[in-house]
Amino acid sequence: MSKSQTTVVVTGIGATTPLGGDLPSTWSALLAGKSGVRNLEWEGVEELPVRFAAQLAVDPSEVMPKQHLRRLDRNQAIALIAAREAWKDAGLAPPVDRKAAKRGAVAESDGFVPDGDRLGVVLSSGIGGLHTALDSYDVWREKGWSRVSPFTVPMLMPNGASGHVGIEFGAMAGSHALVSACASSGEAVGYAIDMIRAGRADMVICGGTESCIHPLQMASFGAMRAMSTRNEEPERASRPYDKNRDGFVLGEGAAVMILESEEHARARGADVYAIAAGCGYSGDAYDIVQPEPTGSGQAKAMRRALQDAGLQAEDIVYINAHATSTPLGDVAELASIKAALGPEASSKVMISATKSMTGHLLGGAGALESIFCVLSLQEGVVPATANLEDIDDEVDLDVVRGEPRRLADGPAAALNNSFGFGGHNVSVVFQRAL
Amino acid sequence: MAEATEQQILDGLAEIIDEIVGIDKSEVTPEKNFIDDLDIDSLSMVEIAVAAQDKFDVEIPDDELRNLKTVKDVINFVQNLQA
Repeated sequence: MSKSQTTVVVTGIGATTPLGGDLPSTWSALLAGKSGVRNLEWEGVEELPVRFAAQLAVDPSEVMPKQHLRRLDRNQAIALIAAREAWKDAGLAPPVDRKAAKRGAVAESDGFVPDGDRLGVVLSSGIGGLHTALDSYDVWREKGWSRVSPFTVPMLMPNGASGHVGIEFGAMAGSHALVSACASSGEAVGYAIDMIRAGRADMVICGGTESCIHPLQMASFGAMRAMSTRNEEPERASRPYDKNRDGFVLGEGAAVMILESEEHARARGADVYAIAAGCGYSGDAYDIVQPEPTGSGQAKAMRRALQDAGLQAEDIVYINAHATSTPLGDVAELASIKAALGPEASSKVMISATKSMTGHLLGGAGALESIFCVLSLQEGVVPATANLEDIDDEVDLDVVRGEPRRLADGPAAALNNSFGFGGHNVSVVFQRAL
Repeated sequence: MAEATEQQILDGLAEIIDEIVGIDKSEVTPEKNFIDDLDIDSLSMVEIAVAAQDKFDVEIPDDELRNLKTVKDVINFVQNLQA
């Protein structure tokens, strides 16, 4: 271990995604190669350059009372849904209902009750409450300022999800919301690891959330010419590494992990999914949206992640690539992987692009794909890249396609890449718990 | 809205509170304090006041809102304005 002797482990996971309303349904759909991308059914959708997206499989209104949703932006609601699943999955006691406690009701104590002063939150969103900002603007224009919801500010602020999750679970070690576009929740996981290593917390709820499938986003990403316009067959639009890829597909969802020090997890008898081994960061310092063309920034993040984890390139058996299905980005990342791992290790590593099925969750992507790495290590299976029919000539590494692939037993580590507008590069490494 | 009876205002207010914060209508009784008994926060009170203005066709200035601490206070306020 590099920074300290503290080993950090993953003990709970949860998600709500375009593939399923929880993690088990998401994971099984992913392994079955299903697509979460669908046509948008909006009034006036024909005016937009892109008329499809990966919307949530289960709408928050199906699992949350409408009174709660009035005061939560959609990205905050789904962060809570994913956090509740992860919390329960980690065997933790349901949070105390403040109102019930006030009425004198006895709190349930089914599960471990963590010390709030040693519990942190790092929950990111790349965009924040876009729906709230735009809907409130409409209310102001149509009905005047007095009809604007008094919850507008806490709903649109990008740290809102972090705040709500911290309140629900009583996390008082610190509540953070790192914003770095599509790298946001990779960074959230890295920061959570560091909080535990630094001794600031024993346990951290970390992850990311995003919900910005709105006509303005379809227009503005469309204006960048960044999105796929395969309107006639949306489920085949996200096709990383395929010759006919033409841009990313916008997705929405939230993914949350419970990380804790190994000592803390062992002491309470928690089941461990994997070791959260380390994280590496770099800044391209090049362009606000284009990745640095030689991929040196991305390679630095991967090398630093290995160093942080105390691992060698050949320890990495699987990479969940950032690969968003853009013509330049996908192959540039492969070049970065070769530079980071070297010719020998990069030729052996399995790579897949799960955005081919989930779409691109922007600020939710890093955490969701980190969880996919964790499950790959734990279950010994690597998801395939969907829609990869005619592989790009420039792809010279082992991109998994067709069927999921088995991982051999024994020591293994997996790496997740997330790169964001602004030149943020983040690589998170997980190691199999043996 | 024509002049409302105390019961009509109570029912109307209970409906608003259920809609906005999800408290069962049966819990909304005249003696209840919004903050101490019903656990309604200040921002939700703003929403409730705006909805009450629409429902009962009255103006509730911000200065007055601070004085409306119980359900009965709101009933009295609305009745006084309608009288």
